[in-house]
Amino acid sequence: MFIGAIGCEPLQLRRIHLGNSHRLDVYRANGGYEAIKKVLDSMSPDDVINEVKKSALRGRGGAGFPTGMKWSFVPKDSPKEKYVVCNADESEPGTFKDRYLMERDPHMLIEGMLIAAYALGAKRNYIYTRGEYKYLIDIMDVALDEARAAGLLGNQILGTDFNCEIYTHTGAGAYICGEETALLSSLEGFRGHPRMKPPFPAISGLYASPTVVNNVETLTAVPDIIKMGGAAYQKLGTEKSGGTKLWSVSGHVNQPGVYELPMGYDDMEKFIMEDCGGILNGKQLKAVIPGGSSVYIMRADQIIGKDVRMDYDGLVAGGSMVGSGGFIVMDETVDVFDSTKNLTEFYKHESCGWCTPCREGTDWLVKIFKRVENGGGRPEDAQLLLDLCDNIEGKSFCPLGDAAAWPIQSAVKRFPEDFEKHLAKNGRKEAL
Amino acid sequence: MAEVLVKIQPPDHPVHMPQPATFSPEVETEIDRHIAKYPIKRSAILPLMFIVQRERGYLDPPGVQYLANRLDLRVTDIWEVATFYSMLQTKPVGRYHIQICKTLSCKIMGEGKITEHVCKKLDIKPGETTGDGKFTLSLVECLGSCGTAPMFQLNFDYHENLTPEKVDQILDSLS
Repeated sequence: MFIGAIGCEPLQLRRIHLGNSHRLDVYRANGGYEAIKKVLDSMSPDDVINEVKKSALRGRGGAGFPTGMKWSFVPKDSPKEKYVVCNADESEPGTFKDRYLMERDPHMLIEGMLIAAYALGAKRNYIYTRGEYKYLIDIMDVALDEARAAGLLGNQILGTDFNCEIYTHTGAGAYICGEETALLSSLEGFRGHPRMKPPFPAISGLYASPTVVNNVETLTAVPDIIKMGGAAYQKLGTEKSGGTKLWSVSGHVNQPGVYELPMGYDDMEKFIMEDCGGILNGKQLKAVIPGGSSVYIMRADQIIGKDVRMDYDGLVAGGSMVGSGGFIVMDETVDVFDSTKNLTEFYKHESCGWCTPCREGTDWLVKIFKRVENGGGRPEDAQLLLDLCDNIEGKSFCPLGDAAAWPIQSAVKRFPEDFEKHLAKNGRKEAL
Repeated sequence: MAEVLVKIQPPDHPVHMPQPATFSPEVETEIDRHIAKYPIKRSAILPLMFIVQRERGYLDPPGVQYLANRLDLRVTDIWEVATFYSMLQTKPVGRYHIQICKTLSCKIMGEGKITEHVCKKLDIKPGETTGDGKFTLSLVECLGSCGTAPMFQLNFDYHENLTPEKVDQILDSLS
């Protein structure tokens, strides 16, 4: 599997191929912990937030919310404790970038969290890692011990009066805990149910205290932003989304992997056909889901010859979204009815059951898919699926409902031939 | 007033309150370390459940009773959380838990062939345990190993880029 940068100097993946890249001495020998030193020596918390704002860094977990703005929502005068929580619950199908960042460069995450904690005045911070990634929790624990022994964690960090602790926490196999408020419920020791927003976590998050939840890739971008300055980081990408982005590529390509590209990379066709080595076994490209399973599926003819720019605005213009940056590439042998059924089963399984539209809706969607697959299709079933999606999208408690609806809506509209083929297998009609 | 009070009779059947499980001093220290991470004890519930599961095979009633006592919670609080998360087992599982990823990237890269092979080799269906209690087979949702599909997780270990031959090697090497 390929891991590396295309079209730019590797930034987040700079150390990833060094021997023992997970060790503190290797990290330090390659520019590590210089950013936190710079912050403690010469920057106020507001300076840090301003640099992050200037960098145009947008949250890499999926929603793409500007990170600096998120940080600035935390009230400075609150007497409550504040928390920085790292969302390492990477469970979006097709996404596997955070895993390699934590496995090979855990200190970059620790440094990013330290800077965030300094900017927000947080003393106690958590890395919420999905339970299946237990080996990563072990790696992080070792790295945290190394940092503690070197005076980079705990009290009086680097001889200053800055005190900060970071702890690992384990999830236990629930996709919903990647949603920030569900993650906080889970971290408090409850079922992973999302909470009503507002109040947003920045006002009332973990233990009802001001909290910032950021993805691994977002936090690991912070040390470089501080070192090179927000403006320089922004220039690596586009005006509205700065820096570089990691894309996980899986499915029918010759070279799957984790690719670091500058934001605004031109273009998606070149990326799939050249950088990722083209389609496996010389087959034709049929469809791509570019942002983890929860975004619109794209037809090959929306990509080939269309100059789709790879950033937040470019992918929306191209007919999908950046999401978590998980490319699932499908060749001509894939039946989009089957692939959509597979994803719908995923959402049914992962719906937390809290709200009715999502809990019942995803269940009914799967029932319809199964009936059609078993030869009980009716011509009106495509519309029935869309009607159901319409009653889930925007009407569920958290974005999981939207995420379940979007793949189906786009698949029915963009691949009607695959659905018609199945709907035509009308065994029930013949039986009647 | 006194005559209004009804004397509560003890039940004529034994109330099912299992004795809480006990653990070695090393495990107790490990548990203390987790609890100390949080300002509120309850937050340690998931890490502690994994420890109980590791020590006892699954979250059995004595283990659950232990967790309730340890975290100052009710037994129902423990069950409420235990039944939400897919990695928490409330029934015994085999010594080796094979969890094959069935989500899209693995699906289109040959998950079906791997599942079929494992089923045939162990003579069980997904969700079942072999008669000797050695293997349990489950189909699970995305494990974040899409670039190295197909894959399964064996207990906590990832095995990636699987082929039927590789599956044979892995399973045959287990005692």
